[in-house]
Amino acid sequence: MKIIVCIKQVPETQEIRLDPITHTLQREGVKSIINPFDLYALEEGLRVRERQGGSVTVLSMGPPQAVETLREALTYGADGAVLLSDRAFAGADTWATAYTLARGISKLGGADLILCGKQAIDGDTAQVGPELAAFLELPYVAWARKLTFVESEVLQMERLLDHGYDGIEVRLPALITVVKEINEPRVPSFKAKLRAKSQKIPVLGLQDLELDQNQVGLPGSFTQVVKVFPPPARGERELWEGAPNELAQRLWTRLQKLKIG
Amino acid sequence: MDYLLTEEQQMLQELATQIAEERIKPVRAELDEEERFPTEIVQDLAQADLFGVIIPEAYGGLGLGCLENCLVLEALSQACVGVATTYAASFLGAYPILLFGSEAQKGQYLPELARGDKLAAFALTESQAGSDAGGIQTVAVKDGDAYVLNGTKQWITNAGEAETYTVIAITDRAKGARGASAFIVESSDPGLSFGKKEKKMGIRSSATREIIFQNCRIPANRRLGKEGQGFIIALKTLDYSRPGVGALAVGLAQGALEESVHFARQRHQFGTSIISFQAIQHMLADMATEIEAARALLYAVARYIDSQPKDFTKQSAMAKLFPTDVAMRVTTDAVQILAGHGYM
Repeated sequence: MKIIVCIKQVPETQEIRLDPITHTLQREGVKSIINPFDLYALEEGLRVRERQGGSVTVLSMGPPQAVETLREALTYGADGAVLLSDRAFAGADTWATAYTLARGISKLGGADLILCGKQAIDGDTAQVGPELAAFLELPYVAWARKLTFVESEVLQMERLLDHGYDGIEVRLPALITVVKEINEPRVPSFKAKLRAKSQKIPVLGLQDLELDQNQVGLPGSFTQVVKVFPPPARGERELWEGAPNELAQRLWTRLQKLKIG
Repeated sequence: MDYLLTEEQQMLQELATQIAEERIKPVRAELDEEERFPTEIVQDLAQADLFGVIIPEAYGGLGLGCLENCLVLEALSQACVGVATTYAASFLGAYPILLFGSEAQKGQYLPELARGDKLAAFALTESQAGSDAGGIQTVAVKDGDAYVLNGTKQWITNAGEAETYTVIAITDRAKGARGASAFIVESSDPGLSFGKKEKKMGIRSSATREIIFQNCRIPANRRLGKEGQGFIIALKTLDYSRPGVGALAVGLAQGALEESVHFARQRHQFGTSIISFQAIQHMLADMATEIEAARALLYAVARYIDSQPKDFTKQSAMAKLFPTDVAMRVTTDAVQILAGHGYM
């Protein structure tokens, strides 16, 4: 079974700082990590490999330094890693990113199973996985919280909903995006860390992927982020504690006072 | 301070710290409170290859030495000395096999210990014998191609959780200390049972129990080394493992110092944070200095042991004595700095 896990390098911080002029993330001085949801996808890929055999390759599109994120993925036990990187890829929206990743996967000879995290914690679009499936003309299931093989090429899945889940069956090849409920990612292993240190990570650019520069990066994007801003600080809040009937009485009194009741 | 660690040693330290931060810290209070054995963390340590640190590569381990073992123990202990004790005790149980096992014994037991599939424990202490190993009452009597063990071991770390036990028992009482022998006993052997689990003041997530042998019959090929070599095997095992206790102490003290600094920065009294008080600063400076001195001694001894000297009993004892005393002082001061918050 050939498994490809798509990962994204994201800044590790809850307090994102934005450049007030360009409206892009300020990455200076912020540590980069594997997008946390992608770690669950990687873990699921490793578990499928353990049960079904095969190999796990991690794939990312990003700047040259994203190679470190791929190297980190290798310390969890992935077999190989490939980076898609080129100046021409810069400024890509989800469409152009998925288009480039799709070409990368085709260049790698396709895969039986492609796994992605449900979304990245920086952009939060949750679009790249499904778009990638569309470009590759593969069936996809988003938000999987459980994955079971019923036959060697048939997967049964639970797709997480707000209240409960959908039971879905899909025949491979397919693309699945996963939620964090799906597993508990393992810790890196020392032997894999040693191997990862010197492992070669191929970098494929525009020419390697035989892409036109108008199909990728900013020129290949249909959308552009024109403004990003932090949400305005919320107004004054109060936290009340006490017995339910007491609190209800208090709330009622307050609402009346505010002439809402 | 920079101890000029190799890249490999730094990677090992980094990995142990990652596990300490991500897996141990979030649950340490709960484990301690509930006296719960850290099964999930043991699995994480196994997944990370960390049960293989001192096991040779030929047996599936990492083939590293005393210093690397100390680096991992220190990092884990910084988050929780209880969890770190469980991990350290498995090496204590593995050392007799590593140092004195036959090829067949090493081939059978070391790979599963290196993988962390099984835990080990070392059973020397009895109610009347611990440091006085000559006072051991547990006996092993040869019967055909088997030995029959009878007696009770006390305060055995990992008892009931481990599958592989290295046990010191008397085979010839007339010979005194030279009448002891060492054996590998498996948890599934008939006649082996576990007694009461101790309730402890600290390291409460680690399991400390009695092991009871009642006509426990084991194949004769489970004896380690020669008959009568048990005392030597026990002493050599302790020589190798004492720096590990020093590492637990350095980690514990470092953890306590960091909690103290964190608290002293946040705690405001008399209109300012208490870390600005000279009385607190003096304590923190002494704590930090003593910890660094303990660490420097520990690493120096560990490196000395890794150079394979003939005799290092004295140095190994120093690497346990000083750091553990430092840990006692530092943790007492930490409770003082946290004042009422340190006691509640």
